[in-house]
Amino acid sequence: MKIIQVGASITASNDRDADLIRAKMKKEKTLLVNLMSAPGSGKTTFLSRLIKDMPDLKIGVMEADIESAVDAERIEALGAKAIQVHTSGMCHMDAGMTGTALKAIADGEHLDLIFLENVGNLICPAEYDTGAGLNIMILSVPEGDDKPLKYPLMFLKSDALIVSKIDALPYFTFDLDACRRRADDLNPGMPVFPVSAKKGDGMAAFEDWLRSKLAAWTADEGEADHA
Amino acid sequence: MHEMGIVLHMVDTLEETAKDNDLTRIGKVTLSVGEVSGIMTDLFTDCFDYFKVRHPVLRDASLVLETIPAVTWCDSCKKTYETVRFGRTCPYCGSGETWLLRGNECVIKEIEAE
Repeated sequence: MKIIQVGASITASNDRDADLIRAKMKKEKTLLVNLMSAPGSGKTTFLSRLIKDMPDLKIGVMEADIESAVDAERIEALGAKAIQVHTSGMCHMDAGMTGTALKAIADGEHLDLIFLENVGNLICPAEYDTGAGLNIMILSVPEGDDKPLKYPLMFLKSDALIVSKIDALPYFTFDLDACRRRADDLNPGMPVFPVSAKKGDGMAAFEDWLRSKLAAWTADEGEADHA
Repeated sequence: MHEMGIVLHMVDTLEETAKDNDLTRIGKVTLSVGEVSGIMTDLFTDCFDYFKVRHPVLRDASLVLETIPAVTWCDSCKKTYETVRFGRTCPYCGSGETWLLRGNECVIKEIEAE
């Protein structure tokens, strides 16, 4: 018996796969966006609005769920490219699964944006690098403004926070300022976009931000920010 | 299940290590697990036992988990304190300007193999 010092992070193989995906996407000038939230926060409704609002962009959506294809069917009905990924009971997407899904969605046609709609879960998806160039989380008004306190890691790992269902603000005790403050304590400077995907409020500000990120990603020089 | 995914990645890393070092049998695997890494050690060991029999090089492997205590640094008063006991707020000065120094890791420290 000999002793070998390994010293590798337990998820080293995932981190390496994620970096390979990022490099490939960068080369293909496709921005992969990892969209994370709890179940029922309105991820699919939000994406549906985005697809309608940005008809000039080629958008693909990879819907990750434990079961069913209802989300992919909703997206396809809008004319966007969608695939359903079943995680077979897993609570998150990792880089290997994302790589497999990317092979399934790419068939020679160039896509500007590919959204990975991660499994509805505020915990595990934050711990796995999927290879995305941008990590975005959605927090819906009915979930409560205390979520940054309860699930800090996801707020730390996200490049932007979308507060969805703001049309429901009159009916819930959701303090938007408190939510902003708590999110900013965890991740200083992270942009927060309050939106109603149903009515369209706030969507333009997010779409402008997303377009600027896409432009930076597809620019020929420099390493895009994916922290 | 969260632990299952982590174990799958660890098994990949161990198999690669075995290949790179021409190992045929891995015995003891020592992991350093941070106190606030979010890993449930009992579940983790159960998952590992499930997967190891499916990989010849790991068939006889056993896990040893060493806990790394979580320590937080306070940027305001420049002191350190126990994370699990006091959380994000510094017990000395009450500041929230604090950063986790260690305790979030999950590292394969060393393996015994032949």
